[in-house]
Amino acid sequence: MLKATLKSVLSRKLRLVLSGLAVVLGVMFVSGSFVLTDTLDRSFKSLFTTIYSDVDVQVAVKPKVGSDDPDQALAGTLTGDDLAKVKSVEGAGRVVGDVVGSARPIGENGKVLTTSGAPRLGTAWRDGGQEQLREGRAPVRDDEVAISAYLAKTGGFSVGEQISLITLEPKKTFTVAGIFGYPGNRDSLGGELTTAFTEATAQRLLLGQPGAYSGITVQAAPGVAEDVLRQRVQDKLGDAYQVKTGEQLSKDSADQVGEGLSFFNYVLLGFAGIALFVGVFIILNTFSIIVAQRTRELALLRAMGASQRQMIGTVVLEAVVIGLIASVVGLGAGIGVGALLANIFSTVGGGSLRLEGISVPLSAVISAFAVGIVVTVLAAVLPALRASRIPPVAAMREAATPDRPLTRPTIAGTALTAAGGGLLWYGFAEGALWFIMSGLLVSFIGVALLTPLISRPVVSVIGKLLSWSMPGTLGRRNSARNPRRTAITAAALMVGIALITGVSVVLTSATTSITKVAEGQVKSDLIVSGEASGPGGDATFQPGRLDEVARLSGVDSSFGWYSDRILVDGKPQFGIAVTDVPVMQKQFGLSAKEGAFAELADGTLALDEDSAAALGVKQGSTVSVQTTKGEARTYAVALVYAKNNVLVNAIVLPEGAAKQFRVEQLSNAFVQVSPGVAVQDVQKRVEPLFADNPEITVQDRSAFVKQQASQLDTVLLMIQILLALAILIAVLGVINTLALSVIERTRELGLLRAIGMRRAQVMRMITVESVVISVFGALLGLGVGTALGVGAVRALKDEGFTDLGIPWAQMGSYLLIAAVIGVVAAILPAIRAARLNVLQAISYE
Amino acid sequence: MTGKTESAARAVDVWKSYGTGEAAVTALGGVSVDFERGRFTAIMGPSGSGKSTLMHCLAGLDTIDSGDVWIGDTKVNGLRDKGLTDLRRTKVGFIFQQFNLLPTLTAEENITLPPAIGGRKVDRAWFDTVVDTVGLRDRLSHRPTQLSGGQQQRVACARALVSRPEVVFADEPTGNLDSRSGAEVLGFLQRSAREFGQTVVMVTHDPNAASYADRVIFLADGRIVRELHQPTADAVLETMKHLDGDELVVV
Repeated sequence: MLKATLKSVLSRKLRLVLSGLAVVLGVMFVSGSFVLTDTLDRSFKSLFTTIYSDVDVQVAVKPKVGSDDPDQALAGTLTGDDLAKVKSVEGAGRVVGDVVGSARPIGENGKVLTTSGAPRLGTAWRDGGQEQLREGRAPVRDDEVAISAYLAKTGGFSVGEQISLITLEPKKTFTVAGIFGYPGNRDSLGGELTTAFTEATAQRLLLGQPGAYSGITVQAAPGVAEDVLRQRVQDKLGDAYQVKTGEQLSKDSADQVGEGLSFFNYVLLGFAGIALFVGVFIILNTFSIIVAQRTRELALLRAMGASQRQMIGTVVLEAVVIGLIASVVGLGAGIGVGALLANIFSTVGGGSLRLEGISVPLSAVISAFAVGIVVTVLAAVLPALRASRIPPVAAMREAATPDRPLTRPTIAGTALTAAGGGLLWYGFAEGALWFIMSGLLVSFIGVALLTPLISRPVVSVIGKLLSWSMPGTLGRRNSARNPRRTAITAAALMVGIALITGVSVVLTSATTSITKVAEGQVKSDLIVSGEASGPGGDATFQPGRLDEVARLSGVDSSFGWYSDRILVDGKPQFGIAVTDVPVMQKQFGLSAKEGAFAELADGTLALDEDSAAALGVKQGSTVSVQTTKGEARTYAVALVYAKNNVLVNAIVLPEGAAKQFRVEQLSNAFVQVSPGVAVQDVQKRVEPLFADNPEITVQDRSAFVKQQASQLDTVLLMIQILLALAILIAVLGVINTLALSVIERTRELGLLRAIGMRRAQVMRMITVESVVISVFGALLGLGVGTALGVGAVRALKDEGFTDLGIPWAQMGSYLLIAAVIGVVAAILPAIRAARLNVLQAISYE
Repeated sequence: MTGKTESAARAVDVWKSYGTGEAAVTALGGVSVDFERGRFTAIMGPSGSGKSTLMHCLAGLDTIDSGDVWIGDTKVNGLRDKGLTDLRRTKVGFIFQQFNLLPTLTAEENITLPPAIGGRKVDRAWFDTVVDTVGLRDRLSHRPTQLSGGQQQRVACARALVSRPEVVFADEPTGNLDSRSGAEVLGFLQRSAREFGQTVVMVTHDPNAASYADRVIFLADGRIVRELHQPTADAVLETMKHLDGDELVVV
């Protein structure tokens, strides 16, 4: 039996390749994700070891508000006294006060230079540190800096030239005194842009406090262990300080990056899962067609005494063989893709991250084989059962198997679709990811089961549009010939398109909702904001600028806020210190629920009803608020405002609270223009006030909304790219179905050619069949996707999704893409069909 | 420059062999034959005599090594795929032994398939005449699976005739039918030659089927060895026996 199976597999190479390819792509995605993340993980570990190689012990102030960001140097500062104390610790060798903060260099085009995730740092120059001068000299004067070689390359700066930087203060210009690199001839450690100032300048611009340090780095004297020194420093300074060994710091940083990478890995694996799910459809279909085509052969085996179990065995064994081969090929391809992506990441994305060699973790190998074989066998089970039920007498009958009734799949499909819908509804309402995922899975299978029933009317309508000629009519009839086969092929395409459409509907609804709120409720005409403003964001401006804005003619009212992460009763919140609460109320159209809108007195705060409920407070309650700097303070709740879609989940503090914020500078300002004055005229007067800060933009309301929405477009693009694989696999499915159909209908094609059908007409016939299947799949996907999206938007109504937006243009383009996919998928089968030898085809068995 | 107009199909010294070198088998060894317009000709011969090859070469389904093949005044050899397709579309009708119809089309659609493929209009009067002659009027909207074998073959006959081709080639058209259905099909082919002046060339190994033809040519080892006009079944059977005898003598 094994020999017969292997011979059968090898004798049908095309079939092997096509059904195997779907698995290969899925396995490639899975193992590629593991290889990529493992390689990056090890490379980052090595990077952090390098960074902390000359640090034995480092001292920092314990952050008051927990932060995800290790570079938040402004968590608190150390003083010269602290430095002196550490220097006096027994066994301390070289002790250096660090000054590290954010410094964003401005490029030649006047815009701030960006990195892909790595920080843009400012430091104080230290002789004898890791930085090694390559050209020029160290900065000596206050208007001199040294820059990292990577910054010099990125911005095109050389020694003696001018460089402008934004720090806590707006744009300031310096002379490049020197360019430095790092040990191992590196331009940067991990793609970061570093500028080194003189100590005093660094303290003023980066920390905002003369004489302050962000941390203290200690090297142990010879013979003193890191741990021992750490304990001594800790004892000397007390518990308010965080003292860590270099090893610990390196591990902490690596762990944090590792967490991000493993999340990244999960996302990739999720998309790989979708691709494999689609692959199951393809394999299921392929095996079904093969079993149908081999009915007589299998029945003959039965007639000769093969048992039902042996019949199942042959089909499953064939699946195992294909799965095994596909896993090996997929693993190989996955290692290649993982290595390629890691290289792209290290050279393009992450600047100069050094790869520590491509590694193939055991998880990649195990998952490749597990996924490849399990998926293939799983997909082959149903066709195997069908093969086992073929009666021996079928060997003697003509092959034509009657259409089986669709009652059972329809009932099962309805039940599964309903169950899946229920799971999804619960999942969206409760934000339960597992419910959403299982709901998607169940409802996709349910819809797939319903597809043969839907296919009859829908396919005939699509087909009519394409069948203006005889070949077209034949193609349409062929696509309706085997509803199950057409349905599964189309369902595979449905999955990818449904997910893309669902996401599009949600994102379009988000945009529509934002726009609606902005246009309907918000009266601010101009919005001043930074590229990355928000809690922990860098782009801020001096409060004085807001006063200048307020004095401009044509400005009716204006206000602004400082923002920071804060803790309210120990819970992390987004805090804003607002300059003028009544103006905010007026511009944002807020309404009070408890209390009244007025300027907040010192020691009082305002919050929305949801936040109040979450914190369990009401008007008059007192809460403890911890800001980045200073001690925790008690605030009384003066006002609870009604839930709205403009100011969501923000704790409103009086302006004075900003003194204890990480950066005592405004992050946003809002301007309402006087009646009868053109917004553009006022915008022209406001813009010059921020001309020295390219990070800050002044936008009118609709431009601001557009910018917010464009971030969603990036999300959509990423998802589209990742789902493209699922669609690619579905295309393989269409090719597969067509190729097998062409083989099955060889004699028919021979007949058509014999009675005068041209090659081009044969190709057109196959193409129409292909396009009908693809467009049907796309329509299903659009329908299911819209239902998913609408359901999600409805369920998220309380989260600000007030309006439903249907992305008609995008959906139209998906339909168009599906038609193109149909044409492309038909190319090879059509050529094969057109090249058939007429005489051989007619006598084909 | 052109073929004789009185012959619907003509082979002139046609040679055809399969395989190369030692393994080469001569299928046709210098066959010359005229098929007069409006006559029903049967080609007979034992298995391997080359009768099917001759028909395939005449119809442009197979290529020849040397000689000339004409359909009407079109020279078949030398045509490329497009020319051959056009030839089959307009000048040739086919009836095969089995699998003659497309399962997705109704009887009527199957009959009108050649003009539909060629983008030509169907001559409705001629269509009606043909359909009534084969007796399929009440079966036009049926699918092939709903028709008996004999009915399917009559649909195929109607399809072959509907474009009024120069020649209808029938390859063992009764091979899969019971004797009654076979007689119906043969009777129809005979009538189409006599009443409509349709040239018909039929390959068969059944003497009874051959007796419907106006003329029978006998092939053996790739050569035409005998010819009978207005044959009876007995005469054909007798000739076949002699052929077998000749073969025995030769071998």
